[in-house]
Amino acid sequence: MLEVHHIFKTYEGKPLLNDVSFAVPEGETICLLGASGSGKSTLLRIIAGLEEPESGFISFNGRDLTSTPAHLRDFGLVFQDYALFPHLNVNENVAFGLKMRKLPQGEIAERVANSLALVNLSGFERRRVTELSGGEQQRVALARALATRPRLLMFDEPLGALDRTLREDLLNELRMILHRTNIPAIYVTHDQEEAFAIADRVLILHDGGIVREGTPADVWANPESAFVAGFLGLGNLIRGEVRGKTKEDMWKVESDFGVFEVGCAHEHQKGEKVHLLARPLSAEKAAEERRNGANPINGVVEDVVFQQDRFKVTLDNGLYIYLPEAPKVGEKIEVRVKVECLA
Amino acid sequence: METGKHTSQRRRAFLSTSVPVYLSAFPRVFLWLIPLSFLLLAFFYPLSRILGLTFDPGTLTSENLHLASDVLLFTFYQAALSTLLTLLLGFPSAYLFARYDFPGKSLLRALTAVPFMLPTVVVAAGFSALLGPRGLVHTLFPLSSFNFTGTLTAILIAHVFYNTTIILRVVGNALSSLDPKLEAAARSLGADSFHVWWNVILPILRPAILASSLLVFLFDFTSFGVILLLGGSQFATLEVEIYLRVLRLPNLPLAALLSVIQLVCTLIISLIYTRVVTRSTIQTAPRSAASNIRKPKTLREKILITAFVFLLSSFFLFPLVSLPLRSFFRLEADRGQRGEVQYGFTTDYYTELFVNRRGSVFYVPPIRATANSLGYAGATVILSLLLGFPAAFALAKPTRLERILDPLIMLPLGSSAVMLGLGFIISYGAWLVSPMLVPFAHTLVALPFVIRSLQPAIASIPERLRQAASSLGASPLEVWKNIDLPILRRATLAAATFAFTISLGEFGATLLISRPEYPTIPVAIERFLSQPGGLNYGQAMAMATILMLLTILSILLIEKFRIPGSGEF
Repeated sequence: MLEVHHIFKTYEGKPLLNDVSFAVPEGETICLLGASGSGKSTLLRIIAGLEEPESGFISFNGRDLTSTPAHLRDFGLVFQDYALFPHLNVNENVAFGLKMRKLPQGEIAERVANSLALVNLSGFERRRVTELSGGEQQRVALARALATRPRLLMFDEPLGALDRTLREDLLNELRMILHRTNIPAIYVTHDQEEAFAIADRVLILHDGGIVREGTPADVWANPESAFVAGFLGLGNLIRGEVRGKTKEDMWKVESDFGVFEVGCAHEHQKGEKVHLLARPLSAEKAAEERRNGANPINGVVEDVVFQQDRFKVTLDNGLYIYLPEAPKVGEKIEVRVKVECLA
Repeated sequence: METGKHTSQRRRAFLSTSVPVYLSAFPRVFLWLIPLSFLLLAFFYPLSRILGLTFDPGTLTSENLHLASDVLLFTFYQAALSTLLTLLLGFPSAYLFARYDFPGKSLLRALTAVPFMLPTVVVAAGFSALLGPRGLVHTLFPLSSFNFTGTLTAILIAHVFYNTTIILRVVGNALSSLDPKLEAAARSLGADSFHVWWNVILPILRPAILASSLLVFLFDFTSFGVILLLGGSQFATLEVEIYLRVLRLPNLPLAALLSVIQLVCTLIISLIYTRVVTRSTIQTAPRSAASNIRKPKTLREKILITAFVFLLSSFFLFPLVSLPLRSFFRLEADRGQRGEVQYGFTTDYYTELFVNRRGSVFYVPPIRATANSLGYAGATVILSLLLGFPAAFALAKPTRLERILDPLIMLPLGSSAVMLGLGFIISYGAWLVSPMLVPFAHTLVALPFVIRSLQPAIASIPERLRQAASSLGASPLEVWKNIDLPILRRATLAAATFAFTISLGEFGATLLISRPEYPTIPVAIERFLSQPGGLNYGQAMAMATILMLLTILSILLIEKFRIPGSGEF
């Protein structure tokens, strides 16, 4: 099990990582999700031993790794730009780590072949890495990291340079490979779809700390903060002021868009400022029956965009919702939207 | 936690982000310490001695100043005249290359670039072999009685031969990136050919013309070998006068004064050049370079272009071909040779290089000069790589302080070779008995080129490659061995060949500091040329031919190893 203990790191005088701690148990894939500049790559490099924290330490299976240099940590690292060695061919790239470990020739050949088979690149052994496509290069980088059978695999935005369909394919392959090999993994990305697709557990990094940690489903359902809801793009963020409690144990919150009845996890004071989340997917035409937490919103349709099975509708007050059928631009509509409280 | 540990960790963390992993173990200063101390010893200390000698009251007499101003005036005069003539040949050539397609174009372009890289002694020997009093033209057409060597014309023509390629490249590039639509637009607005040129094309080309002319002027201003060997000592430019005041009419204070004037002038010219270059980025619409290149169409065009191409190729080919040709033909009697003289083909000039003759210029077989040159070149390669590698590593990812150090390393490039030699004589005169000083002087000249070859290659290795290797289990030493070294191999070979070529051809500094019993090829050529007799002259030709071949071989190697797009000086 990898453990990260109270890591501090500054960048140009400002705190970049401020007391970051977490653990990765055997067989689990965790995902560090954060905007660029949030320090997630630096954290990865600290774990890899390529940078040193100003305080705090990394341990693996209870052993402090502070004095273990990068090349003795036995952690595999896959870079965004692949970092393939341009002067070596595919075979030599994948064999690099095995040669460093001074394995016998026969075993090197066998492991290289296995790794290349695992990433569907059998037969590419003699190719020059500079002649490969982006997707193929990424597979070589993955095979290179897998061949040494590291105790931990780390991915630094590994699919960032690839196009969308390729990214989805590789992500699926990667998830299956990780499950098959059971190697614990840390995956760093700024792309939430990627993070939710691959992670057993998501850690959201913001302002030098971990602001939310949980399974993808849990984080999605309960963002718990305006930052997380906004970062994940869960819906309309609305500022409001608490007016009081209703009989059904709901809270009355006043906002620019009307007074909403919302459910909250915490107790609030009257007059307290809170953030609300109006999920656009929950929108229904007003005629339908009113459900818990569904509040009416009025507006004039300003823009309608077709999106596969639904329409994204933007209203003149700035809110957006998804509807199964397209209203007319300029039409005045009333919808019911589920509004929730962000603690 | 303790504060002491905290700061040391912070410092190490800072280091690890700015140097390759395998260098993070020791402080960065060491990258600089050795090259910088070399510069201090080999350049700045001698320079300070020259300055000290110059600003001595005994030096700044009206007599000395008067002589210095005369020499300065002549140096400017010949440089300006040479530049004008170079422009006169270079501009039409640039136009020809930028606008017309003709057979053998790329070959001719390569041919024009060859002289620029040849040692000055080879160029001087080439012109001597063609037009000199013992050259091909004179001996084959005895009736033609004109003086070439020993005239200003010889100097000017050799300078044009040398530097036309600069105008050709810089102005040619500007011309071929000129949008042909501009010309069309001007014509559609009612401009005739004259006005198209005067009001549109020339103003756009002006920065390129100015920059290339300044560069040519700088080279003509600091030219030494050509002037000494083709003009003779009556054409005393600053360089030649410094040499004369060191070796022939010793007056070191005057020599020092002249080199300070020389240094100040080259610095001013370089500064103006840099200003022109940085200001000259005129934005023209990007387009394909091929669009306004065409084959000559009308008969007049065809005749004109054929004539010009013929003229240009003759001008560049004849001196280069005459040299090896002359080295195989006996055209005059050897010194002391009596009776029947066998004229015609001979290999005597080469075999004679291996003979140790009493009364010859040397007390050793002249071929020793080749061995000396190769030895010096080898030492220069090793020394300049040892000094160049750490500096190039630091410069590949410089800190703010190191950015200041960069021009310091390039400074020797701007000072003349004769002055470097003078500095060595003043500072290390007592050590001149040792032949070891020569490789140090050559390294000083070669170091900027070595660093400029290595630096882009080092910078082109992403730090992530080293980190990837490290995360795959490679120790710092293994990272260097398996990543840096193989990737840098080509650049290292190019840098080494640069150092080798520079050392082989270096003339000014070597002439001043080399020991008589350890001559280099250029020094030997100079001595042979200054002696009477057909045999001595023939041996000069043979030596120059050997040097030319070695240099051309090296140039081909450099071209093979160079990273495309790197190596701008």
